[in-house]
Amino acid sequence: MIDISSRVRSVWRRNWDAFIRTYRVNFIPPFVEPVLYLLALGFGLGTYVETIDGIPYPVFIAPALVSISVMYSSFFECTYSSFVRMYYQKTFDAIIATPVGIDEVIAGEMFWGATRGMIYATLMLPVLLLFGVVAMPSSLLLIPFSGLAGLLFAAIGMCFTAITPGIDALNYPSFLFITPMFLFSGTFFPLELLPEPIQYFALAVLPLTHVVTINRAITLATFSPINLFNLAWIVVATAVFFLLAIRLMRRRLIV
Amino acid sequence: MTDQEEETIEDIIVARDLEKRFEDLTAVDRISFRVRKGEVFGFLGPNGAGKTTTMKMIQCISPKSGGTLEVFGMDVDAHPREIKGRLGVVPQETNLDPDFSAYRNLLVYARYFGIPKREAEPRAEELLSFMQLEEKRDVLIEKLSGGMKRRLIIARALINAPELLILDEPTIGLDPQARHLIWEKLRSLQAQGNTLVLTTHYLDEAERLCDRLVIMDHGKILVEGPPADLIRKHAGSDVVEAARTPEVVARLDRLGLDYDIAGDMLQVFTDSPHDVARELLEVCRHEAVMVRPATLEDVFLRLTGRSLRE
Repeated sequence: MIDISSRVRSVWRRNWDAFIRTYRVNFIPPFVEPVLYLLALGFGLGTYVETIDGIPYPVFIAPALVSISVMYSSFFECTYSSFVRMYYQKTFDAIIATPVGIDEVIAGEMFWGATRGMIYATLMLPVLLLFGVVAMPSSLLLIPFSGLAGLLFAAIGMCFTAITPGIDALNYPSFLFITPMFLFSGTFFPLELLPEPIQYFALAVLPLTHVVTINRAITLATFSPINLFNLAWIVVATAVFFLLAIRLMRRRLIV
Repeated sequence: MTDQEEETIEDIIVARDLEKRFEDLTAVDRISFRVRKGEVFGFLGPNGAGKTTTMKMIQCISPKSGGTLEVFGMDVDAHPREIKGRLGVVPQETNLDPDFSAYRNLLVYARYFGIPKREAEPRAEELLSFMQLEEKRDVLIEKLSGGMKRRLIIARALINAPELLILDEPTIGLDPQARHLIWEKLRSLQAQGNTLVLTTHYLDEAERLCDRLVIMDHGKILVEGPPADLIRKHAGSDVVEAARTPEVVARLDRLGLDYDIAGDMLQVFTDSPHDVARELLEVCRHEAVMVRPATLEDVFLRLTGRSLRE
């Protein structure tokens, strides 16, 4: 059904090489972002909030910052960046003239999107440790988990890229899907504060909700059985969107 | 050519009743052709004739709708990866990787073929020097001129030492110097035993490079053969051009000669240009009559007409 081999690696590696070539600018956001958010929200706003469910506010938002960063980096990599490679640079056309097939190109792009999320989470971790807002050693789990969460957002992004008529239309999912998730996924205040229907809505269709819940369990080192449900939701959704992205891209690119 | 000879020559591409249909259009309409090992084979035709679509089916990136198509004796639907591994492709649109230098472009491309780094590196250097790009080795793509980009694309197409090179408009938009350099390189590739398939709008290019060619229009092959044969058969040896005046028309009608109308000129395709010219000089000023050898362009325009396509 899906024709994928180790050639996926050569697609992933192309993006890795391009990323490393411009590593200076790429490495700035994961260091700067958590510092800005922690200072402004954690320690600024946090002075008034003090604690949520007995947790100091900076500690409460730290896992959300990682989750958001993974979401942004993976989603935007597989929307705007992938679209530029596909449509403007014709990179996909160049690759499929070789033994690498279209399924492998799309899979390689999504694995790269996931990797980018993982790189960001990895670089943020020492900053968060420095602020003393995450528990160790459980927080090391942020790194492998960001790979899975990254793949989820990369796959969702790639589905939009496959159906978008042009690069401007990618603004719709960015504003109507990503931005609401940034605010309403239990990121800066607990989900329980929202009306019950919205809570269920968030749990059903906002992937970031599950990612934040798991990351918060990781950074607080307080795991509960509900996290297994979050994990299962993420695994199933990732598989569905991954396969859907490849199907939609085939429909777009094979003529 | 005798039957026996024909059997000993290996066919690299064999198409029978090859067809490509889109929803509201038949782009390639049951065409058949063979490309032999070691030859330069050309696809000519107006825009929308089906040339690029045919190239894409050969490259195994666009599935055919009907007929059979074999490359290296393998079916394109069953063995796309094996075929693509032995092909070199120069696409019409420049799709070099803008994130890398000329040299890195070749290395990154080699990886898609699974060529190990230690083999790819000397090969990339060799190809840069073959295409006279050594000085641009570490330059980013955006800093290269159009001619350099085309040369680099050809170098990239050669990274896997392909047995068959497919070139879609290899010299499009280039200045004469760059075109001549590319022609020279393509001829030396043929001399090394490579098979080349190309499309072009430049008929002088096709006449110079191609051993055999087809002229396509509306998805069908109109004629096939070596350029010189096609010219002899469809245009005659020479062309006499004269101003389109009533006197000239009357004289040609009286002589019973066929002519084509090209704007305010008339063209007479003939094997005895002197006789025709002498007759016409009697009815118009001498600078209004011109005799020249027939070219592939004459054949092309006679077969596909003079109306614009797009």
